[in-house]
Amino acid sequence: MKIVYFAWLRERTGLTEEDVAPPATVKDVGGLVTWLATRSDGHARAFAVPGQIRAAVNQEYASLDHPVAAGDEVAFFPPVTGG
Amino acid sequence: MIRVQTEDFDVGREVEALTKDRPGIGAVCVFVGLVRDVATGEATCAMTLEHYPKMTTKELERIEAEARSRWPLAEVLVIHRHGRLELGDRIVLVAVASAHRAAALEACEFLIDWLKTQAPFWKQEETASGPRWVDAVASDDARAARWTKKKDRPS
Repeated sequence: MKIVYFAWLRERTGLTEEDVAPPATVKDVGGLVTWLATRSDGHARAFAVPGQIRAAVNQEYASLDHPVAAGDEVAFFPPVTGG
Repeated sequence: MIRVQTEDFDVGREVEALTKDRPGIGAVCVFVGLVRDVATGEATCAMTLEHYPKMTTKELERIEAEARSRWPLAEVLVIHRHGRLELGDRIVLVAVASAHRAAALEACEFLIDWLKTQAPFWKQEETASGPRWVDAVASDDARAARWTKKKDRPS
């Protein structure tokens, strides 16, 4: 599974992307957030306030209960500020 | 048509290209977004726009398709820049062409409102106290939500 980070999530994790193999108990975006937060201090800081984080699975906006599976690209980022 | 680019754009030239040899177009509405001096309470001289390239074009095309489904539009052009931009630089162009003004005016407003809450861009400002990520504002969500309510209304 490929994880990509943008804006301050990229800064706090220190990563633009990473390949991960979460355990089978991780079934959705919410589970993935909980698991990723344990990977490093930076990850813990990045995911500290779940309400400030948005996600996309395979480039489509996804809620916390959206399923995730091997081969997916899951993106994490703050609420968008374009325009 | 969607374009995501670092380069600047020429508003006049873009509008001319949009309407060239299209005698059925009677109205063009243009919105141009600029880098302004105070965005989040502190003076800003520049900002950097980051985006999610694999998702940006897809999301903007979806927003364009939504506008076309709601109004009879001849042409839609959205240009969104990314990278480092300075005070006064153009960030975004939304140009909508239609036979009559109502569709162009309404669709243009809809497009920029939805783009602000849906397109995966993030702004980081350069301020005297260092770089600062711009927070999303509730008023943008409220403006975008007005169009959700209008969706069921006959046009």
